[in-house]
This record gives sequence, structure tokens and C-alpha cells, in this order.
Amino acid sequence: MTAQIVVNTQNLHKRVMSPEGELTLLQGVNLSIAAGETVAIVGASGSGKSTLLGLLAGLDEPTEGQVSIGGQDLFALDEDGRARLRGEKVGFVFQAFQLLPNLTALENVMLPLELAGRHDARQVAEGVLQRVELAERASHYPKQLSGGEQQRVAIARAFAPHPQVLFADEPTGNLDHRTGERIIDLLFQLNAEQGTTLVLVTHDLHLAARCQRQLELDEGQLQAERS
Amino acid sequence: MNHFSLALRHLHREWRAGELLVLAMALIIAVASVTSVNFFTSRIHQALAGQANDLLGGDLVYLSDSAIKAQRVARAAELGLQSAKTLEFPTMVLAGEKNQLVALKAVSDSYPLRGQNRVAPKLFAADAAVTGGPEPGTVWGGSRLLTILGVDVGDELTVGNIDLKVAAVLTSEPDQSEGVLLNIAPRLLMHTDDLPATGLVQPASRIVYRLLLAGDAEAIGQIRQEWEPKLKPGESLLDVQDARPEVRSALKRGEHFLALAALVSVLLAGAAVAMATRRFISRHLDNCAIMRCLGAEQAMISRLYLIQMVVLGLLASVVGIAVGYLAQWGLMFFLAPLAGIDLPAPSLWPVALGLITGMVTLLGFAVPPILQLKDVSTMRVLRRDLGGLKANALSAYGIGILAFMVLVLFQAQNLTLAAAIVAGLLLVLLMLALVAGGLLLLLRPLRKKGGAAWRFGVVNISRRSGHSLVQMVGFGVGLMALLLLAVVRGDLLSEWENRLPADAPNRFLINIQPDQLEGVRDFLRAEGVEPPLLYPMVRARLEQINGKPVVPSELKTDRAKRLVAREFNLSWAEEVQSGNAVVSGSWWQPGDYGKPIISVEQSLAKELGLGLGDTLTYNVAGQLFTAKISSLRRIDWESFKANFFVVAPPGLLDKYPVNYITGFYLPAEQHAVLNRMVQQFPNIMVLDVATILNQVRDIIEQVIMAVEYVFIFTVLAGLMVMYATIHATLDERIREAAVLRTLGARRSQLMSSIMLEYTGLGLLSGLVGAIAAGAIGMVIAKQIFDLVYLPGPALWLSGMLIGAIGVGVAGTLGTRFVLNQPPLKTLRGA
Repeated sequence: MTAQIVVNTQNLHKRVMSPEGELTLLQGVNLSIAAGETVAIVGASGSGKSTLLGLLAGLDEPTEGQVSIGGQDLFALDEDGRARLRGEKVGFVFQAFQLLPNLTALENVMLPLELAGRHDARQVAEGVLQRVELAERASHYPKQLSGGEQQRVAIARAFAPHPQVLFADEPTGNLDHRTGERIIDLLFQLNAEQGTTLVLVTHDLHLAARCQRQLELDEGQLQAERS
Repeated sequence: MNHFSLALRHLHREWRAGELLVLAMALIIAVASVTSVNFFTSRIHQALAGQANDLLGGDLVYLSDSAIKAQRVARAAELGLQSAKTLEFPTMVLAGEKNQLVALKAVSDSYPLRGQNRVAPKLFAADAAVTGGPEPGTVWGGSRLLTILGVDVGDELTVGNIDLKVAAVLTSEPDQSEGVLLNIAPRLLMHTDDLPATGLVQPASRIVYRLLLAGDAEAIGQIRQEWEPKLKPGESLLDVQDARPEVRSALKRGEHFLALAALVSVLLAGAAVAMATRRFISRHLDNCAIMRCLGAEQAMISRLYLIQMVVLGLLASVVGIAVGYLAQWGLMFFLAPLAGIDLPAPSLWPVALGLITGMVTLLGFAVPPILQLKDVSTMRVLRRDLGGLKANALSAYGIGILAFMVLVLFQAQNLTLAAAIVAGLLLVLLMLALVAGGLLLLLRPLRKKGGAAWRFGVVNISRRSGHSLVQMVGFGVGLMALLLLAVVRGDLLSEWENRLPADAPNRFLINIQPDQLEGVRDFLRAEGVEPPLLYPMVRARLEQINGKPVVPSELKTDRAKRLVAREFNLSWAEEVQSGNAVVSGSWWQPGDYGKPIISVEQSLAKELGLGLGDTLTYNVAGQLFTAKISSLRRIDWESFKANFFVVAPPGLLDKYPVNYITGFYLPAEQHAVLNRMVQQFPNIMVLDVATILNQVRDIIEQVIMAVEYVFIFTVLAGLMVMYATIHATLDERIREAAVLRTLGARRSQLMSSIMLEYTGLGLLSGLVGAIAAGAIGMVIAKQIFDLVYLPGPALWLSGMLIGAIGVGVAGTLGTRFVLNQPPLKTLRGA
């Protein structure tokens, strides 16, 4: 593979203290994801999928090992540095949508652009909302939207700043099958349009099969790759 | 795009969502309550400062309890100063069948030297300023006096032995009023030339002589230098700095009290802010985590929230200041008539104080916890159970309490007082928390009893014990403020009134001269009234205790200072007066008559640190005598009879100027007796106790209304605490109700459990509030009314009732919509 490596981990470990003693969540994870790739991380509940995603996005710190995004070592940066990096290069789609309840659909999409200090936040956000076919619901609050609509707003918010990498955590987990399908279609369409690198955490093998690569986690360890 | 405009847009969005309403309302209440009080007091201060010269009637005033010596007037003239004389004393005046006690002031030609009198040509006609005072042969009466006596300009009044014509209605005098309370007696102004003919000036009369001086500042300074070191007891010099000290000190106390009431609102508002902040934080944890995911740095999040809070604080403060400005007119309405002065526009200081109050309250109670939001873990976006904030009570509320202390210090301008106020308030809160905690413990065994709704209700109270405790303290404080106003005040007033026995003397005769004793007795007998005991009274000033001069400023308590600053009324008696009891030492025998011994009332002895065997030296009309304390007495003051702090055996005081006093009960229908008596003995003053009591009552009512007015803010702030408290647990309740309904709980069951929980909470908080209100009532009773007030079960019951109904209804209504949410929607959104 000659393409540029966007996400890379080396010997990633995560251990936490529990009442029963030390608990290993991740054990020596090494992976590389190239620009524009779509990758699914699959595994049973408790296999460490969310933990890995958290570390890849720099939301949490590893006990040991390295993560780099776009060549930048995440944990050489401080927490604020990682936040800045997320703002510049990373987008998120969550299982629970994570829209801000007091903001309208449009304002939710504007938020990352505003945080980045962009003056054209409104125009860009309106354009993306149109792309996800929610322009007419721009002034609605999340609680006035259906689950599928909320997830489309969340996708619009994720793609609005044109991130290099998009992390999606069980994006269809809270949706019925048909709506889930439409959401996934949208996700892959936008991904293709923007040439984004997509890292998807799911236990839905059907969904995982739509990705170019599938990485399986079992008890914190990466299994042989299926593709 | 800079952070400021982003923050403003966020603020607008939060406001639109109603997230900030409680915060803003609480701040507005706090600011309005502080500024209304301070706007009002600032106007009073401005008035006192601006009118100080006028208020004295001169640049310098020499006051004495004996006639002004001619040398003083001559010395002033020598230095080129103008002078005027006034004499002031209470006396009776008559008009036909009616009589009235007045504060009479006789003034010389040149009065006043500074400022002007204002008079009207007819009752209720427009008034105008005039130079000088009344001409000889005429008087100017206040409109109240003329109304009471049923006379108008042109009619005659009998003053002592002579009749004087009413020439004008007196509406204001520059040096009016010795203070709020002495204003009770209506005013009458006459010329000094008429005074000798009235026969009112007797050797033992209680007269205040004033020499008003005005002119060159240097000459005034010189007089001051010459006279000040030689002032004797009973003499004083006043200049603009000392103008109306009694009004100043009364106002000072009043201000402190109002300020304290205002600060209670601030503290409550602080609690509401803290409570609302808790909800704000729990609702914003996710938002912050998401913003951190989307690239916001910690400093940026802090800055965003800080800007939002500061802007919110400024806006709420400005609204609060406007409300406070409007509200001070209400205070004016209650209190300005008591102050008896025209009030200029307020200064700008209260505006600044309002801003400070708003910002300090917000920065103290809301900002420290809100700034912790930046520490939220970003992992929360993936796993909701992660990344909650560790509640750091000390940093969250410690700063709030510190900030509050700064505000108190600002207001009280005195560290000790500020510390006492804060300690007192914290004590009340601690007490509330302890009682609430105790009641929660008592509740535990009840969890296993009753039906499902009961169990949920009770279990909810004790399971959420942390929240319940805070809620109970919140409700308790609000209910305490309500109960103080509604119940305790009424109890106190009626207690005060009930203290007066029905057959207590309602008329006092004062200033009876020795040669009138037989005449008065005969008169009363002839009118069919059993002559009461007449008590001799000698005016004396305490000069020395155990041979050491008494210096009022060195005494510890205010009461002691007041006691020695004025003249004592000494009396003599053969027997212990009824209502008195000797508590130590022994009463004199006939063999002791004429010996230099005295009996002293025990509270006075305690105040001045006196005991048996100590000697007191008194000055009576320039002559000194020393006597040893041979007994201490307890006096039942509540008998409302004529009583004396210091009594001597017969034979010791006979040689000094003396007059007599008595009190007796006269039924209303025999009132005409007194008119005839005043006609026959013009120098005798009749005090109508009922009228005085009514007037005192009016004043107390007015002051209480003003305090209540300020307490409206306190109650509002209390309600905000309750509202914020209900809101603080709302999200949790919504989720819980959703889960319970999914598990099959019926709407009616949930409704009953909510009702039970809030009614129970209200019941307990009502009890807590009632206990606190009772305790505060006891302190007020002791400190202000000198009463023993024991809060009874009626207070507790009404507290519990008001609490159960009020909190039950409010809580149920506030939470009811929890049940209207479809459970799935709630659970999915969670």
C-alpha cells in the first residue's frame, strides 16, 4: 500500500484499576490505516472496541504505546493540543447522536465550524444540511427530530469541517434496520465525496462488510485481519 | 470569529432554551433587594449632608439643661457672631374643652439663624418659607395639633396661664425634632417674650435651652475652643457634624437592619444560583464533552462560559438595579414620613453596589463550579457513565460563602459585624441542615410500610438523602422567611400588647409642684376620683461612682452610656413600692431616714457594675451629694406604674427642687376631668398613655411594614430556591419515571408517589422552617421588644401545614409533566 498512512498505532495498551485488581482492556494493538480507507473495528461487547476508538481519537490516554493521526503523535500533545488536532482533522458520529439539545439542527452543524473560528459557518452548515436532505428542518431542535434525522444532523456536523478522519461509534445502534441502512448509505456517500478516512466501530457484521477492511478485537487483542 | 461573539451566540441559545432563567431571576432579586435599600439610605444620607447647617438652625449650637448665662451671649456678640435663643419642653395646651400634650419651643427674635421656617396661612393651605419666628402674643401650631384641638389660624390657644393667638400653620422648622420618637408630640412655636407670663418655667421643669450661633468661621472656631473644654454635664456643643445625632444613629441602626434583610435575600439568591448551577452543570457535561471532541480547548471552554456568565451577570444586574430603583419608592412611602425630611435624588453608589452584588453572587456561586466543566472527560461521548465531575463542595461553595462575606463586609463596613452576620446566617443554615438530617434518619423505618406509592415516595426522600437534605434546607429557608412574616410577627405584636394589664394606669400626671399636692388631691376627690399615690421626683446627674468621675464614653454598653448621659429621676419612699422587691441588702427603718443610703434597681446596678456598699455621687442643681447602696431591688416594669431606678429614704432629698408624678386609671368617659385639671393647674402635664401607645404602635407598624417590604425580596428569593431545588432533580425524575412506567407502573401510582414525596418533604421542611423562624423570633423578641417569646405548637403546625400544601402542590405541579413524556422518548434520549 503506497497511500499515505493517516492513522497509526504502535503497541497500544490500556489497563485500568478495578476492585478486582488490574484489568487489561487493550493489549499491544498495532494498526495502520491509509488515507481514504474505510475500516470496520468489530468484536463482541466488552472486547475493547470503544476503548480503542477513544484512544485513536485521543479522547483517552493509553497506558502504553503510541497513536498518530496524520503523522502527529497524539500523546506527545497535551489534552488541549489533541483537542485542536481533533478540531482540524477529526470528525465523529456517535451511537447516541450527541447533538446539543439546546441548539437547532443548523446550530449543531455550525458548532465545530464556529469553534474553529470560521466566519462562513452558517453558509457551510446550510450546504451540508441540504446535502443530508434536512434543509427544511434546519430550525428544529433535536427533540423535534426522529432518530434517523438526528443521526443525519450528526453526520452533517461530522462532515461539515471536511475532516481527514471520521470516527463512527455504532452509528446505527440506536436506529431501526431500514433507517440504519439509509444512514450508512449516506455515511459512505459523503465519505466517498470527501475522500475521508472512515473508522467504524460496530458489532454489525453486515455493516462491517461494507468497509474495505475489518479488524476484529477479542479481549483487547487484534485478531487476524479479514478483508 | 472571536470568542466573544461566539459566547454571545451561545448565551442567546442557552437563554432561548430557558436554561438561564432561574440564574437570572435569582440575580435580579438579589440585586433589586440590595439596591432598593441602598437607594433609599443614600437619599437619607444626602439629605442629612445637604441640610446639615439648616438642620441645626445655626453654625454652632450650645445646649444646656439650665438657662443660658448672659456672659455667653455677650461673648458671642463680642466676637461678632449672631445669636438666637430657644427653649424647648413638653407641656399641655388647651383649646376650649380639648387639651393636648405638645413639644413647645419658645424662640427669640433672630431665630432661626440658618435655614427657614415654613408656614401656611390656613390649615392644609400651600406653605411658604418665612424669615423669623412667631411675633409675641402669637403661636404657630403644626397641622396635627390644630386638627386635634379643632382650631385654625385666628383662634386662641391657652398655654400655661395665658392665651395666645394662632397666627400660622407651622409646616417645617429648620432644627425640628429631637429625633423620630419625640416627634410624637405635635409641635408648637411661640416667642420667648411670652414665656414668663405662662408660668410654665419652674425650677424642676425639664427644659432644653439652646443658644444658636452663626457667623464668621474663625469666630465660631474660637468660641468652640473656649467653651468646649469647660463643658459640664448637661451641656454640649453641636456643629454640622453632630447635627441630629439621634436621627443619624436611629437611621444607622435602621440601615443595618434593612441591609441585613437585603443580605438574607442575597444569600438565598446565592443558594438558588448554586442550585440552578448544579442543574446547569449536569445538563452541560455532555455538551462540554462534545465540544471538546469537536476541537474546543479547555481554555476556550472556560472563556466561553466565563464570558456568558459575565454578560448574564451584567444584564441581570442592570435589570435588578432598575427594579431596585422602582422598589425604593415603596420604602420611601413607609419610612420617609418617620425621617421627617425632604429627600433628594439618590447617589450613584447603589448602582455600583448593585453591579458588585450581582457579579459577586454570580462569580461566587455559579462560576467556580461552571469552570470545572472544562475538566469533563471526553470519553463521556462514548460511554456516558464516564467523566462526571467530582463534586468539590469546598471550591464550589466555599468561594460562594467567601464572596458573600465580601458583600456583607461592603454593606456593614465593619469586619466584626460582617463576621457576626455571616456566622449567624451560617448557623441558621447549619441548624436547618442538622434538623433536616435528623428528620431524614427518622424517616428510614417508614420505608417498609404502606403501599407501593407510599414506599416510592418515602424511599425517594430517604434514598436521595443528599438531594433531599438540600431541598429541605432550600424549602425550609423559604418557609422560614414566610413564617417569620406571617406568624411570628403577629405573635410578637400581640404579645407586646397583651403585656399591658387592662387596669394599668392610662393617665400620668407629671410636673406637679410641692405646693400643688394638696390642691391636686382635693381636686381629684371633688371630681370623685380616688387620689392616687404621688411620688416625689428629684432630677440629678450621676457624677461619680465610688469617688471616681463617670465618663460615659468609657462605659461598655450603649445602654449604660445612655443611662448616665441623661439625668436620673431620684425618688424617696418610706415603704417598698408595690411591684418592687428587695433582692439583696435590706430596706431602711425609720431610724435610717435622712441617712445617705439608696436602693438601686438591679438591672441598672448590673449595667453599671454596681453592688451593695458602692457609693454614688449625684449632682442636683449644682450641689453634690454622695450615698451608699444599701439594697438592690427588682421591679416589675410590666405593671406600667411609675417606678424609679434609684430611691432614697425620706429626709435625704427633701432640700432639693422636687416635683411629683403619679399614674392612675381613668375610664374614657371621665376624660373631661383632665381638661378641668389642666385649666386649674396649667403647669401639670397629662400623658395619655393610650395615645402614646397608639403612636408608638403606628411607628412600629410602619417600621415593620418597611422591613416586610424588604422581606418580600427574601420570600421571592426563597421561592427561587424552592423552584431551583425542584428543577435540580427534574432530569433524574424524568428518567426514573420512564423506567418505572416501562416496568408497568401506572400513571396514578407515579403521581401519588410524587405527591407523597413532595408533601412529605414540605411537611418536614415546614417543621424545619418553623423551628428556625421560632428561634429567630425569640432573638428578635429579646433584642428588639425585650419580650420573652416562646414559639408554640401552633407555629410548628402552621409551618408543617403551609409546607405540606405549598411544597406538595408546587412540587407536584412542577414535576407533573414528567409523567406526560412518552417513556421511550425519554429513554432513547438518555
